[in-house]
Amino acid sequence: MIELLWSVFDLSLVLLLLALAWGTCSTRDVMRAVTLFIAMGLLLAIIWARLKAPDLALAEAVIGAGISGALFLSAIKDYPSTITVSHRTPVLQGLINAFTLALVILMSWAVWHGLNMSDGIRLSDQVVAQAPVSGVSNPVTAVLLNFRAYDTLLELAVVLTAVLTVLTLNDRRYSHVVSSPLLQGMTHWLVPLLVVTSGYLLWVGAHAPGGAFQAGAMLAAAMILLQLAFPSRRQQFSLYLVRFLLVIGIFTFVVVGIWMLLLNDVFLAFDPDWAGTLILIIETMATLSIATALALAYLGGRPMGWEEGARNNSASTENEGAG
Amino acid sequence: MISEQLLYSLAGIGLFGIGLRATLLHHMLIPRLLALNVCGAGVFLIFITIAYAGAESRPDAVPHALVLTGIVVAVSATAMSLALGRRLEALNDE
Repeated sequence: MIELLWSVFDLSLVLLLLALAWGTCSTRDVMRAVTLFIAMGLLLAIIWARLKAPDLALAEAVIGAGISGALFLSAIKDYPSTITVSHRTPVLQGLINAFTLALVILMSWAVWHGLNMSDGIRLSDQVVAQAPVSGVSNPVTAVLLNFRAYDTLLELAVVLTAVLTVLTLNDRRYSHVVSSPLLQGMTHWLVPLLVVTSGYLLWVGAHAPGGAFQAGAMLAAAMILLQLAFPSRRQQFSLYLVRFLLVIGIFTFVVVGIWMLLLNDVFLAFDPDWAGTLILIIETMATLSIATALALAYLGGRPMGWEEGARNNSASTENEGAG
Repeated sequence: MISEQLLYSLAGIGLFGIGLRATLLHHMLIPRLLALNVCGAGVFLIFITIAYAGAESRPDAVPHALVLTGIVVAVSATAMSLALGRRLEALNDE
């Protein structure tokens, strides 16, 4: 009976997911496509939880649905609101359909064989076996910050590169929407909650679902909310601080890596006694960097006064304001 | 266990197919990026389905970490593409 209920649950999740994906990709209204995409992200978060990946469920809800959704919603103002019908010729459309179909059949074949393959040496066994020396007990955090720390270091570099591109290309986007008192009142309640939740996710990531990326994205959400509720208030902090926060994560990561290189002759090889502390330090700094990066990405370009902040070194004490 | 894995990996393949087809068919930036994100979500779903090892046993943490990285890289790439698109629009308007 329970198994039947699970099957019904699985089947409805999958059908709803495919319907939302189809809707996102086939609707002619941009606003509708973005809304369906956000809904699909939230449904995916439920599916990650169902497939026993709670770390991903948190990340998808905050980043996949939340931050991506905010990025798209702020970007659609720059474009026409209806999606024009594709200009592709019928022959090309037929070719695209055939190519997609062929790839789908090939993938089905590969996945079918992959699922039926006998279990060789699964990496998960090694992760569980090595977990005691990793400094954290959440296996996902252990993989991200210890066993495959190199990947995460480069991931931070990818995030930084993307944000630097955004900052190089454009000035920030200005919203002309007048913020409502309701949103401002709600923001007063929500922002402290978001900051506390972010700190909790960061701390708990060592032994339970959570970690730097979820915490950073949640902090970015708090910044975006402040920006939406009080668009005209001048921020009382220096843009040098923003630059500093943007790079502190990757800087700390590299410094710790080189320190370990001098100590143990291997880049980023943590001592088991120190690993927990080092991972927490790296994660805290990474959280700050990720939050700043995602918030700047949401603004879509340089905040006001960004160049002046770079030119006049003497003016750094005057609290350069961002709009 | 195989049946759940099969169901969710088929959903992942379906998502990939829907996203890929729409990415190739659309020529406007935002619908294209949305479709590309759908396509990526399909790949993530296949990955996590393979990591899933039944209701009783512990799933494989390595694909989870990879997909977590993937989600963050996807949002960074999306932000970058939107910025590039906005710059192109500004240049076309001039």
